[in-house]
Amino acid sequence: MAELTNASDRRRLVALLSPAYLWLLVAVFLPLSAMLFFSFLTDLPQDTPDWGFTLGNYARFLSNPTYGTLLWKSVTLGLTVTLACILIGYPCALVLARTIKGRARETLFLLVILPFWSNSLVRIFSWAIVLRGNGVLERFLELFVPFDLRLNLMFTTTAVVIGLVHSYLPYVILTSYLALQAIDDDIIEAARSMGASRLTILRRLLLPLSMPGLMAGAVLVFVPVVGSFMEPRILGGRVGTYYGTVIEDQFVAVYNWPLGAALSFILLAVVLLILALASPILRKANT
Amino acid sequence: MKTSLLAHAGRVWLALILFFLYAPILVMAAMSLNASPFYQLPFKFTTEWYEEMAGNEQIIAAAIRSVLIACVTTVIATALGTCASVALFRYDFKGKRLLQVLLFPPIAIPWLITGTAMLIFFFFIGIGRGTPAVIVGHVALALPYVIVTVTARLSSFDIALEEAARSLGADSWTVLRRVTLPWISPGIVAGGLFAFAVSFDQFVVSYFLSEPGDSTLPVMIYTAIRKGFTPEINAISTIIITLSMGIMFLATRKAKFGGEH
Repeated sequence: MAELTNASDRRRLVALLSPAYLWLLVAVFLPLSAMLFFSFLTDLPQDTPDWGFTLGNYARFLSNPTYGTLLWKSVTLGLTVTLACILIGYPCALVLARTIKGRARETLFLLVILPFWSNSLVRIFSWAIVLRGNGVLERFLELFVPFDLRLNLMFTTTAVVIGLVHSYLPYVILTSYLALQAIDDDIIEAARSMGASRLTILRRLLLPLSMPGLMAGAVLVFVPVVGSFMEPRILGGRVGTYYGTVIEDQFVAVYNWPLGAALSFILLAVVLLILALASPILRKANT
Repeated sequence: MKTSLLAHAGRVWLALILFFLYAPILVMAAMSLNASPFYQLPFKFTTEWYEEMAGNEQIIAAAIRSVLIACVTTVIATALGTCASVALFRYDFKGKRLLQVLLFPPIAIPWLITGTAMLIFFFFIGIGRGTPAVIVGHVALALPYVIVTVTARLSSFDIALEEAARSLGADSWTVLRRVTLPWISPGIVAGGLFAFAVSFDQFVVSYFLSEPGDSTLPVMIYTAIRKGFTPEINAISTIIITLSMGIMFLATRKAKFGGEH
């Protein structure tokens, strides 16, 4: 790598880097700062000339318990979905990384990852078709049970959880698989030759060694789920009111942008706190 | 290798997960070809919904807009991202680590927060809502993916090749054009495909930034679903998911095997 020795190198460096980072500045970092500023305003400057500063938007969050309750509901949803993704996804990553070899593994891995890169809205919509009352799922399950099924899963919290697990499961599988695959086979062989059982190998070797990958996956699931609003709207119906849907409402229905900005910023603070707590683990996962 | 009971159970688990991941998508595709508008069984084949979709001007206009936005996003994000990757790879400087860390907020912060923040700021500086605002947002979301993909490809690049070219008298522009760029081109193509997919599939940011009645395909589908959905939406959704999976299939192939061919 070249050290910056002369002025022309430095000019080239700035010329190469500044377009991308100026773009990120204008489109991401300035907006996030502007949101913090707006969250302390009474009105939008473009709407009324006599706007002022206030702590009222944050006070509303504290004085009206609904917001706190909904934030907690979203955090709980995040924890539920994350736990489900770990319990379903980690064994899957284990199978992919440790028992399947060669081309079959590559193909299966690609198959698991592919839906994750496809349109998330459309995938949630497909669950709406599957779960709707008297729909495909009930017909399918009736093949196995002798009586008429009335599951009525659509517009329930379960439906929201199913849809979100479907959306984010590949994250956990991806990060766990990468961590598990990097474990040296010789270590496992050594443990086995010294008489360690499968359970001991899993508990004492595989799980601790792949923990950074698993945790990275968990964070990558938890953060977007806490901020989700489209999935609860489509699959949750009446019970689908979460912190994210309240923020959405402030911007597209109620038009109280300063309050929306304050609520968004509180969510951002929660997310940043979680990322900060997880960053030592995430850094380990990176190396 | 002996296959134990446990290994068999593992394979069954994997198969169940693949079923869970693909079954709803296949059901949706099947229902787009089913005659009943209320998704009633038994299945009766029809292409009626695809014909209706093709005649629906709103859907076609949104589809064209989505593809155009994705193309513009791809060109801008790939160009800016490749330049930044080359700079991050070639030079050592103070603050490089910080610049790399700054790539994560657009990926890691929930899009709801980024999208609403963009909406507020773009109104504040006068861009407002609409297609230009959507493109500005999409490029920002796609940039980190391009930079990460191209940088990953660059990391397998032997810097000695550049030195060799330089010692043979090539100036640094020629080195970049004739040595570095050809090597990283599979990474650039993969990064471009990622950028296209990020833009084409993006819903949240487009939702907050697009003008009502002038929206992208995912935003239009969301509005339609909330009004009570029709099999036409099934048909266009099936086309979208086939397209986006196809693009991602190509991108992962390119990113991984590009160099060996």
